Amino acid sequence: MSLWEYANPRKFMATTDRLVGPLFLFAALCLGTGLTWGFFFAPDDFRQGSAVRIIYLHVPSAMMAINAWVMMLVASLIWLIRRHHVSALAAKAAAPVGVSMTLMALFTGAVWGQPMWGSWWEWDPRLTSFLILFLFYLGYMALWSSVENPDTAADLTSMLCVVGSVFALLSRYAVNFWSQGLHQAASLSLDRDENISNEFWLPLIVSITGFVILFVALVLLRTRCEIRLRRVRALELKERIS
Amino acid sequence: MMPDLGAYAFEVALAYAGSFVILVTIIGLSVLQALRAKRLLDETERRISDA
Repeated sequence: MSLWEYANPRKFMATTDRLVGPLFLFAALCLGTGLTWGFFFAPDDFRQGSAVRIIYLHVPSAMMAINAWVMMLVASLIWLIRRHHVSALAAKAAAPVGVSMTLMALFTGAVWGQPMWGSWWEWDPRLTSFLILFLFYLGYMALWSSVENPDTAADLTSMLCVVGSVFALLSRYAVNFWSQGLHQAASLSLDRDENISNEFWLPLIVSITGFVILFVALVLLRTRCEIRLRRVRALELKERIS
Repeated sequence: MMPDLGAYAFEVALAYAGSFVILVTIIGLSVLQALRAKRLLDETERRISDA
């Protein structure tokens, strides 16, 4: 069995038909558990107090904002190199989910920053690169809508995705590249001494798992939608010609 | 049951409420668009097979 089998829309639809429902259920379970645990049962931070509870929304959404763009980059490269329509449609389907995650990361970051930094917004390297990533998402979606020919739209948006990847990577590593910003370094680390305490880490990991599964479920659902709309356009074209 | 959020109660509540709205919006829109696309395809296939 090859991964490329799923480039066949019929095979993709048949496989994902059985996956979407259970994925949404599992995402709801993880999100419900992680966020309830984080909000109601996780302790306050000794310095940030109860504001630390925003971490269970902010970190997973920020991670998914970047990972969504990386997924779109891989799908766009597959389209550019192998011309599989499903991959182009999957990239298109992921953009609204990615922009929602980016918006959530910016919003929760602003709400968290206000009591901690005394400001809703700072032109900090990470915040600024995230804002640019948000604008790239909007531009990507606008470009898909503005080009009538779907193959041309896929070509142009794939190129935009490759260019925008610079900002996806910058938003991840801005803290390491420029150390003059207010934003702290990564909360999660493989180094036991640098990683946050287990009391915060465990609910955070459950919440992150929920966000990842929700992203996958939404992208599959939206890709199925895009494949159906493409089929409708093809049938209408055939009807007009005959 | 409700934890004591102290001085940051407004910020924490705002972050959770806003995120909930964003999540519900993207999930709701995705489900609605998926249902609409399925109905449109069914109607188009039926129309073409009837013609």
